[in-house]
Amino acid sequence: MTMHTTRRAFLAGTGLVIGFAIAPRGFAAEGVPAGGGDALEAMNAFVKIGTDDTVTILSKHIEFGQGPFTGLATLIAEELDADWSQMRAVHSPADDKVYANLAFGLQGTGGSSSIANSWEQYRQAGATARAMLVAAAAEEWGVPAAEISVSKGRISHAGSGKESGFGALADKAAQQTPPAEAKLKDPKDFVLIGKDLPKLDTPEKTNGKAVYTLDVTADNMLVAVVAHPDHFGATVKSFDDAEARKVQGVVDVKQVPQGVAVYADNTYAALKGRAALNVEWDLSGAEKRSSSELAADFSSQIGGSDALEASKRGDVDQAFSEDGTVSLEAEMVFPFLAHAPMEPLDAVFIKRDDGSLDVYSGAQFPAMDQATAAEITGVDPAKVRLNTQLAGGSFGRRAQFGSPYMQEAAAVFAATDGSRPVKHMWTREDDIRGGFYRPMYVHRMKASIDPDGRITAWDQTIVGQSIMGKADLDETSVEGAANLPYAIPNLRVMSHNVALPIPPLWWRSVGHTHTGFAVETFVDELLQKVGKDPVEGRLALLGDEPRHMGTLRKVAEMADWGSAVPEGRERGVAVVKSFNTYVAQIVEVSRGESGMPKVHKVWCAVDCGVAINPNVIRAQMEGGIGYGLGAVLFDEVTLGKGGGIEQSNFHDYRSLRINEMPHVEVAVIASSEKPTGVGEPGTPPIGPAVANAWRRLTGSPVRRLPIVPAGMA
Amino acid sequence: MINFTLNGEEKSFDGDPDTPLLWVIRDFEKLTGTKYGCGIAQCGACTVHLDGSTRRSCVTPISSVDGSEVTTIEGLAGAEAEAVQKAWVAIDVPQCGYCQSGQIMSAVALLQYTPKPTDEDIDGAMAGNICRCATYQRIRQAIHDASDMMEG
Amino acid sequence: MKHPRLSLAGGAAALAMLMLSAGGAWAQEGLKAPAEFDQITDPSARSVALFEEAGKVIQHPRCVNCHPAGDRPLQGMDMHPHQPPVFRGESNIGMPGMMCGTCHGAENVEIVGQAADLKSIPGHPLWHVAPIEMAWEGKTLGQICVQIKDPERNGGKTLDEIVVHMAEDSLVGWGWNPGAGREPVPGTQEVFGELIRRWVADGAVCPTG
Repeated sequence: MTMHTTRRAFLAGTGLVIGFAIAPRGFAAEGVPAGGGDALEAMNAFVKIGTDDTVTILSKHIEFGQGPFTGLATLIAEELDADWSQMRAVHSPADDKVYANLAFGLQGTGGSSSIANSWEQYRQAGATARAMLVAAAAEEWGVPAAEISVSKGRISHAGSGKESGFGALADKAAQQTPPAEAKLKDPKDFVLIGKDLPKLDTPEKTNGKAVYTLDVTADNMLVAVVAHPDHFGATVKSFDDAEARKVQGVVDVKQVPQGVAVYADNTYAALKGRAALNVEWDLSGAEKRSSSELAADFSSQIGGSDALEASKRGDVDQAFSEDGTVSLEAEMVFPFLAHAPMEPLDAVFIKRDDGSLDVYSGAQFPAMDQATAAEITGVDPAKVRLNTQLAGGSFGRRAQFGSPYMQEAAAVFAATDGSRPVKHMWTREDDIRGGFYRPMYVHRMKASIDPDGRITAWDQTIVGQSIMGKADLDETSVEGAANLPYAIPNLRVMSHNVALPIPPLWWRSVGHTHTGFAVETFVDELLQKVGKDPVEGRLALLGDEPRHMGTLRKVAEMADWGSAVPEGRERGVAVVKSFNTYVAQIVEVSRGESGMPKVHKVWCAVDCGVAINPNVIRAQMEGGIGYGLGAVLFDEVTLGKGGGIEQSNFHDYRSLRINEMPHVEVAVIASSEKPTGVGEPGTPPIGPAVANAWRRLTGSPVRRLPIVPAGMA
Repeated sequence: MINFTLNGEEKSFDGDPDTPLLWVIRDFEKLTGTKYGCGIAQCGACTVHLDGSTRRSCVTPISSVDGSEVTTIEGLAGAEAEAVQKAWVAIDVPQCGYCQSGQIMSAVALLQYTPKPTDEDIDGAMAGNICRCATYQRIRQAIHDASDMMEG
Repeated sequence: MKHPRLSLAGGAAALAMLMLSAGGAWAQEGLKAPAEFDQITDPSARSVALFEEAGKVIQHPRCVNCHPAGDRPLQGMDMHPHQPPVFRGESNIGMPGMMCGTCHGAENVEIVGQAADLKSIPGHPLWHVAPIEMAWEGKTLGQICVQIKDPERNGGKTLDEIVVHMAEDSLVGWGWNPGAGREPVPGTQEVFGELIRRWVADGAVCPTG
């Protein structure tokens, strides 16, 4: 079957004339939403209007739970004056120009930037489409465009009494010359932005109809899994596939750069075949140190000549040597963390009769994945379509420069003759043991307090891998520490990069996962040491940071801070700015049955500028809190003696469960600032808030995560 | 040959009898609402109803299903199912949505036995279903809402 | 899969014990045969000794894990709380929505191609948690012994019925056939049953402490 292409080229947002390719319909791949069809007219790269009055927005951002389908559709619907009930959303094709994340310069989802970078672009797309519809109506009805109004999906002309839906005018509208720049609404006229509109993707996610990559299927499809080493940096020395090939349903076994691939007629046969493989691994280039050896090595690197200065103000050494100064020191160790999205990584490859290739995947950098698939399979990049699918979570996992996952999946497909579609999937074990972790970090903290109880110096050194693979300072290692929000006169933040064969990656909130914890627990300890209230003490140090203060004041008000706390419980507070969004949280914690922290309640205040959809924002705070809480309580990927990875699945890499979920109350602060992201910023404060409450409850500061030892709860 | 009913339809399977029900449903019957998440009964994404009770299909060999009735999210029906799905939509429970079929299968089973569940009942029924997006607060709320809907 | 008492011939059991000899504190030699206690002439002392031998089974994590002191069963040789967190419920078979049978079928199920340290999911048609009055977790062998004899806390059984239960119950027997990747309790159910029978015959005397 061949690709459908819309009948005419269109003017893309960048002003370039680019052929418009939509996801094909009627392919053998079953269950994949067509993403439009011939009955849809493209107004521009982001909006299509159907003859049935539906408005389909093309989301350049992948939907894996953070709500871009709904948020971006809201921006378009607002300026289009559409009715919410007519809105639909699909993933855009892969294209680094047309669908670039304006914050990155290439197509990609991450850094909580989907709404922030699209704020004007998608409204402009909606306003442009509206202008084209109005122009079409003016032409059709022979009336001045200026007299035409649009409201809730109806176009009308009061003078003539003419009225129409969008669909009837879609074809004519698509032929109008779009305005160079359509006028955007004054925010006071918003009717949809700021409302709790129902999410577009909810219904199909409650009836089993939502299609994820793992659900894409095709006639005669092979399922492939790859045997991976249990040491980072290990390679295949040799393998014996005799037993694997005997498994009913196993079709082939091939070595690929990442390991040994087993191809089968169904998933179980592939798993059984993989289990029957006998692979000998070459460990000569592998990491053989254990996690505790790594931590010791990280620690010993502090003060070495490779120190990189991240921030400096005043004279820290001088402050420490002042008479009467008291200092507090701490070393904190943060483990490797797997993202563990519910849907493990996967991709489906279907070679078409015309030599083109369809790839289905939950791509966070679709065009990069497309280029990678093309390069590895040898198919002309122009003939590779990367069809982005709904993904079962990501938390950063699907965003990888150089597309290492796609390299594996494409290599697995490329090792076949291409005559059969191939689904490549990771099991949970491949996921937990697959690297691309939030790196391990060691922080050494030191602060001085003068005789008047003022914090005079802050000295912090952070040791760990550079996520960006840099030799010089990596801002993601020190973000949140280098720009410490607290007004402490003498500040020094240093960084040491560590090179390891364990691939690192951003994990929901990136550097703030550890800097937020280190800064917020240490400042809390200092405040306690000088007898200051955790909220008032922070406020006094945040003089130049009104939005930090706003969220902190709000959360204190919500929690009725200072009121009596139930017997056996303590409260902890933390405030972290990440991705230009400010989040303050207060938690209430007791000692649970197992002797470990039980978090009862979380109050959360968020300032993310204009709130597009407060319900989605609240959901992201709730989810970010639950995700972060599970990690600080339970999670670490460790290397055992000899460097082997110790965890493999949810039985030893624990997820927070419903019985451990605190009740979360969220307040969204009203703001007219430009919107910023909410996917990540809910996560950083929960760990330090819990640790602060726990320290006040038990007297013991948390210096090492996770808090709960393995097997304790 | 293994015979069973799937969402009310007679089915048979003559492949490897050790094949987990999960893969029979997904790979052979092409019903993809039931998800793979862990393969070891830790996450609950693969939950189905087997003869009226929840069952993790990833640890259920098809050989043990002979003569049984299997219901998946696609075949879910009845007052509890309607109430649960309606409640889920009303407060937008799902985020990524991948675990939600399993969550809903567990929630419906809970309400079938316990029409007015307490928070403890909800923990008891739902603690085996992992949601990495941590939509737990809304799951809890939606179950209470569904219970109220059925009562009202 | 057959039930263990029938399928585990003595030789196979001995082999299993041998293979496990490198394991933890519980992986000792099998159970001593009851006859080895004949040298003890005092019936009371012999009764205690027989029960202490049977205690190698009774206090093995394989047994105690499902005789928890709380509402959650335990797992593994380290007896950590069961994951996922399952609660006993009114009938000790879990709670509506997540019963024991949600994961545990009629037989042990081998796990293929997943976690290397989780080779099987245990199974039995009557898989359940022992009622709370039969909790063994955290108790001394003497306390467990007294409890086993107490009809209020042993399901209303006479001592003869206890003997039959220990010697023949197939859920008890699961301890000797716990599935791949799981250390069985020592000996055989036959020997264990005989130890209990002789213990009763000698007066069902409990160890002190």
